[in-house]
Amino acid sequence: MKPMIVLEDVDKWYGKSFQVLQSCSLSVSPGEVVVVCGPSGSGKSTLIKCVNGLEPVQGGRITVKDMEVTGARADLPKLRSHVGMVFQHFDLFPHMTVTENICIGQTKVLGRSRAEAEAKAAALLERVGMTAHARKYPIQLSGGQQQRIAIARALAMDPVALLFDEPTSALDPEMITEVLDVMVGLAKEGMTMLVVTHEMGFARKVADRVVFMDGGEVVEDTPTDDFFAAPKSQRAVEFLSKILAH
Amino acid sequence: MKGWNWDGFFEYLTNTYILEGAAVTLGLTIAAMSLGLVAGCFVALLRMSPFRILNKIAYFYTWLIRGTPLLVQLIIIYTGLPQLGIKFSVLEATLIGLVMNEAAYLSEIIRSGISSVPKGQSNAARAVGMTDVQMMRYIVAPQAARIIIPPLGNSVNGCLKTTSIASIISMEELLRRTQVLIQEKFMVLELFVVAALYYLLMTTAWDLVQRRIERHFGRGYDIKADTAEQR
Repeated sequence: MKPMIVLEDVDKWYGKSFQVLQSCSLSVSPGEVVVVCGPSGSGKSTLIKCVNGLEPVQGGRITVKDMEVTGARADLPKLRSHVGMVFQHFDLFPHMTVTENICIGQTKVLGRSRAEAEAKAAALLERVGMTAHARKYPIQLSGGQQQRIAIARALAMDPVALLFDEPTSALDPEMITEVLDVMVGLAKEGMTMLVVTHEMGFARKVADRVVFMDGGEVVEDTPTDDFFAAPKSQRAVEFLSKILAH
Repeated sequence: MKGWNWDGFFEYLTNTYILEGAAVTLGLTIAAMSLGLVAGCFVALLRMSPFRILNKIAYFYTWLIRGTPLLVQLIIIYTGLPQLGIKFSVLEATLIGLVMNEAAYLSEIIRSGISSVPKGQSNAARAVGMTDVQMMRYIVAPQAARIIIPPLGNSVNGCLKTTSIASIISMEELLRRTQVLIQEKFMVLELFVVAALYYLLMTTAWDLVQRRIERHFGRGYDIKADTAEQR
């Protein structure tokens, strides 16, 4: 099957001296769930932001469903309207209600009518269990609730793939499950997902592959069961022993 | 009251000559603020642009205008420049001076408002496929507005009163017309109090308008007010 997301030899520098990504290659097939993990500073968040062009790259090529992300011909607004993204700090629009947050991209970017957008928002709110909060503002919601709205906002665009950048890292422990439950549901329905996370339980449960990064490089790209059973690299062994110790 | 002429006071309070002067003051304020806001946005964008030379030009402009008194600028524009063959009418000179000043001060207010919107907001806007213009219009500007409105309100209030400086180059606004009448009737205190009352009336009216605007852009930030609204 033709891959949905393809990264080929991606290089990225901050300034002239610091290389954050070194020749990173990765591909995600339609319906596949790939978890990216690694120690902090390994470049995983930067890598996922490159996939929808929020971070520019200096070398290599990225495509999503045959749409160019890198290079002069890339139409980034159009590309991003097909690729959903969920951020570590939710980043809901604070001056809009929950429903408005889910509708703004649909009406202004996709050109849907207000009624159509609101109907879609209502359906998505039900799906993430937030119907009762439709008219609230983000400030009135807990972190877990805000992140579920952020997922609904991304889904409203009918994306071909979803990118998650540490979606549970900023949450209190008791709120992590409600967000992961939604993500597990999406994975089971066949959504193509690239997920940067430290939630190894989630990775075990739904990921098809685990990509381990360190020092700006893709060190390991292994089927999930193999990764947890016997990581190939010493660096991955050390990483796993640290985060699974408790 | 000895020395105070109530009849004269009430007569001038409803005098059309003074009323017209107040209308000119109001008109100058509206024109200076709206043109100043547009020019101020432009200067703010220059200051935030990635090109150093544009930053420098914008910085030089605000440094020059904010570092010299409006009074001196108006005299230079109206009385000084004709020496070089550049002539402006009173109204033109007044508007140029006021707009240049507002643009300089407002650009700094606008710049700080835009910088106060977190980077995550622009990333989130881009991530749903918005163009830079859409991001500015629907996401950044409304959030920046909440920060900008209080100091902007101060500027409107200040501008209303600052227009009186244009009386020095014979702009026929509220203060100038008051002074003209004083020279005819010698009711100094009564006429200045009437002028002060008109200024007070206009700044008070603006205060009410500003509070409504603040409430509009404040939605989503005051958890108590927002919760009450839903009940």
